[in-house]
Amino acid sequence: MTFTDAADRHYPAFSTDACIKCNVCNTVCPVARVTDLFPGPKYVGPQAQRFREAPRSADHSVDLCSGCGFCTRACPQGVRIAETNSRARAEMVEERGSSLRNRVIADTDLLIRLGVPFAPLANFALRSRILRWIGERVVGVHRSAALHPFARRTFQAAVARRRVSDDRGPDRTLIYFHGCAVNGFETSLGRDAISVLERNGFSVIVPPQSCCALPMISNGLYPQARAKARRNLTVLGDYARRGYRIVTTSTSCGYTLKAEYAEMLDLDDPDARAVARQTWDICELLGDLHERSKLDTRLAPLDRELPYHPPCQLKAHGIGTPAMDLFALIPGLRAWNSEHDCCGAAGTYGLKRERWQIAQDVGRGLFARLRERPAPDMACDSETCRWQITASTSIPARHPVEYIAESYRRWDAAHIGEVARAEAGTQLGAT
Amino acid sequence: MPDVDVVVIGGGATGAGVLRDLAMRGLRAVLVERADFGSGTSGRYHGLLHSGARYVVHDPESARDCARENAVIRRIAPACLELTGGYFVATPDDPLDYAERFVPACAAAGVEVDEVSPAALLDAEPLLNRRIWRAFSVADASLEPWELIDANLASARAHGAEAWRYTRLTRIVTGEDGAVAGVELEAGRTGERRTIACSAVVNAAGAWAGQVAALAGARLGMRPGKGAMLVMNRRLTSAVVNRLAPAGDGDILVPVHTVSILGTTDVEVADPDDVRVTDEEVRALLADGDRLVPGLSGSRVVRAYAGCRPLYDEADVDAAHESREISRAHHVVDHGQRDGIRGLWSIVGGKLTTYRLMAEQTVDAVAGALGVAAACRTADEVLPGSEEGRSYWLGERLAALEAEGGGDADLVCECEIITSGQLQAELDAHPDSTLDDLRRATRLGMGPCQGAFCTCRAAALLSDRQGMGLNGSATPDPNAALLAFLAERVRGTRAIAWGDQLAELWLEAGVYRGTLAVDTIGAAGNGSQDGAPSHAEP
Repeated sequence: MTFTDAADRHYPAFSTDACIKCNVCNTVCPVARVTDLFPGPKYVGPQAQRFREAPRSADHSVDLCSGCGFCTRACPQGVRIAETNSRARAEMVEERGSSLRNRVIADTDLLIRLGVPFAPLANFALRSRILRWIGERVVGVHRSAALHPFARRTFQAAVARRRVSDDRGPDRTLIYFHGCAVNGFETSLGRDAISVLERNGFSVIVPPQSCCALPMISNGLYPQARAKARRNLTVLGDYARRGYRIVTTSTSCGYTLKAEYAEMLDLDDPDARAVARQTWDICELLGDLHERSKLDTRLAPLDRELPYHPPCQLKAHGIGTPAMDLFALIPGLRAWNSEHDCCGAAGTYGLKRERWQIAQDVGRGLFARLRERPAPDMACDSETCRWQITASTSIPARHPVEYIAESYRRWDAAHIGEVARAEAGTQLGAT
Repeated sequence: MPDVDVVVIGGGATGAGVLRDLAMRGLRAVLVERADFGSGTSGRYHGLLHSGARYVVHDPESARDCARENAVIRRIAPACLELTGGYFVATPDDPLDYAERFVPACAAAGVEVDEVSPAALLDAEPLLNRRIWRAFSVADASLEPWELIDANLASARAHGAEAWRYTRLTRIVTGEDGAVAGVELEAGRTGERRTIACSAVVNAAGAWAGQVAALAGARLGMRPGKGAMLVMNRRLTSAVVNRLAPAGDGDILVPVHTVSILGTTDVEVADPDDVRVTDEEVRALLADGDRLVPGLSGSRVVRAYAGCRPLYDEADVDAAHESREISRAHHVVDHGQRDGIRGLWSIVGGKLTTYRLMAEQTVDAVAGALGVAAACRTADEVLPGSEEGRSYWLGERLAALEAEGGGDADLVCECEIITSGQLQAELDAHPDSTLDDLRRATRLGMGPCQGAFCTCRAAALLSDRQGMGLNGSATPDPNAALLAFLAERVRGTRAIAWGDQLAELWLEAGVYRGTLAVDTIGAAGNGSQDGAPSHAEP
């Protein structure tokens, strides 16, 4: 336990002392808005907390909390409601155990290890309506839930073959934490991210890494999550303590590294603190470069509308919407913010047979808005949100940095001769 | 022919225990209480069923009684208990040699203690001071006083006795021979007067016993000792924790339902109704509380309250010694022998833990004088509600609510989880209840918001029932009930109005003065336009 005394408001369960029952959390909860099954953050958070005493759990409705964290951010008294809920769920799982389904869908490293080698077969299964129906019945994963097809080769395997940049010291080298989405499903996002970072003068190192453990945290599987987190901290902590920055292309993994290892898992050692301090979301990092006039802004026009949905996890970072700031640098790109709270996916929440409808109802307003103003695709910083949006609207969804990469590529294509001339001129001038 | 054999004065644990014992021995008895049952000292204590260990060194007689009665209550009233267990712990501020006296004294008094390693203790109670260097486990438990009183009264009623609350004793009538002949009573809410003829009166008014005795012209050397306690917002420990030291101010932390109670000071007061908590008491409690649980003073306190110990100075001479040194042991005073008032007995001193033994010894004397030979059976017969032998646990209300569908339930009090159905049932049984009566029956308004959210809902319930003609003639007007309850809830937060509780008070003020404009409640309630209490003013 990390608390130092009974008044330690850093410890989520103790922060509930500050609740004045004002109900602000209930007004922002996307889940309570759509289902009576969830009695709301005030009830399952500070109220229920006073009746909890491990090891005997008294409640179960806290498990309907999707973990979006809006309550925590809305609370005028600083109660860490979502964090309290997560810990309560973990105590419940510790006492009553967890379903096989939850343990499997929370172990993305395992899913990737099993799915990627057999990608054609696995992806056929994911597309097969009959197999999905059986999956719902037997495993409990909803037949319509958003499951992204597996990549043919993991990102780790791909970069292992293509040695990524040399180490040029902490100021000019970034450590890329790609997360499971890039590793097993969206490898092109990883390539785009590296190209964008390299274009801005950085070397990029892709160290061996595990799942950040967020799916395990949100399924209450804390001991398993701690094991994953410790593995990551051993690798990342060494870099972070030496001043290297860690970059993520998932606001979910990023927030886990920044905050949840300490807040949820009580990992509070020098490695964890250094990693929390040194982790940057990629859009945050690019936005920071731009603020310091160090971003390469040779961006070609993308003449189009671009709907953008800021994921819940991004809001937890407290960094605004850097993706929108970057989109504004691309000529012709008319990005607009969905202004909707939550897509409903909440990581593995929307996959579950008994949660799928709730997740759909949570995201309904977002889906409607995206359909109202059709665009060829849309942008969002977290993978499970992208997959949920695509599965629910048929609109392809990409990470913001993929649009930056595309704009850079177009600029390069349009200026290919110019660059050659400029380089030739430089050489001439030098002689 | 008297109306009853015995009238019992005082509806605390002792009075309820006396009534039950009288009824079980076949005596016709009635109990009168000036306010609600358990609204005096019994409802204003720290909630501890003593193991006896607190008293072994300086008051072995009390220790022995506590140890014996602890076992009895576990047997006859498990439903009124949470079996938390308890510890005596030595912090760095406690005397080095106390344990050397404590352990043999426990053995001598028959109080069971087991030494536990500080490491094991801190594992079980992680918020305790990491520098605790010695610890003993004892058979402490958390005892719910109102349930216990209710169960005793229910048992007494089942044996033919009656108990009347909100009934004030105005006079003890004695005959020409100096013997008790009856009592004059006044119903507190209707003002209705009545006289009950009886053969004996048992004065079980506790800290008020001196005032009751005076109504018969007798003098009792009561030395009411005020004890202040703080209610922490949540449980800080899951077991009772006592300091391994001679009794001091903030030396005990008792888990009671959802909260921890930190107690207690000891200040002699002239008037047992003077239970204001002073700033000095709050400061002393917090400073000592920090020695048990570092950071306690920085965590949320939701309320301060005090009760008056019914201490009795038998010698009535050495007025110099402090009230904590007065024996906690109880005494049955026969005013026939002492003052020539035959048929009047006072039971004074004692502790809630020993309520049954006090009742037994009192009734032994009364029954003997009335020629009734029946033996006491109160230690053997299980109290109503405890037949299953099950005790309660912290999560019980939450688990029950969840089983009912959680959010769908119509919660009146969110903090303490009380549904409108539970309040309706209580009002069906006792239609004349005030909101404060409902609080004692259900814990209404006892959580962190201290009535900010439940008071208007509960008052609305009274109003609905009024519309349906379900309220009794003595039921308070809903508006008056609302104002009275708010005032009472706010009163207990004055001494601790800082930090989160102050924020809560301001929110409450916004709700009641701003949104609901309760200050404008006029003659319909007991309040008036200009005389409305500034109950929500932090």
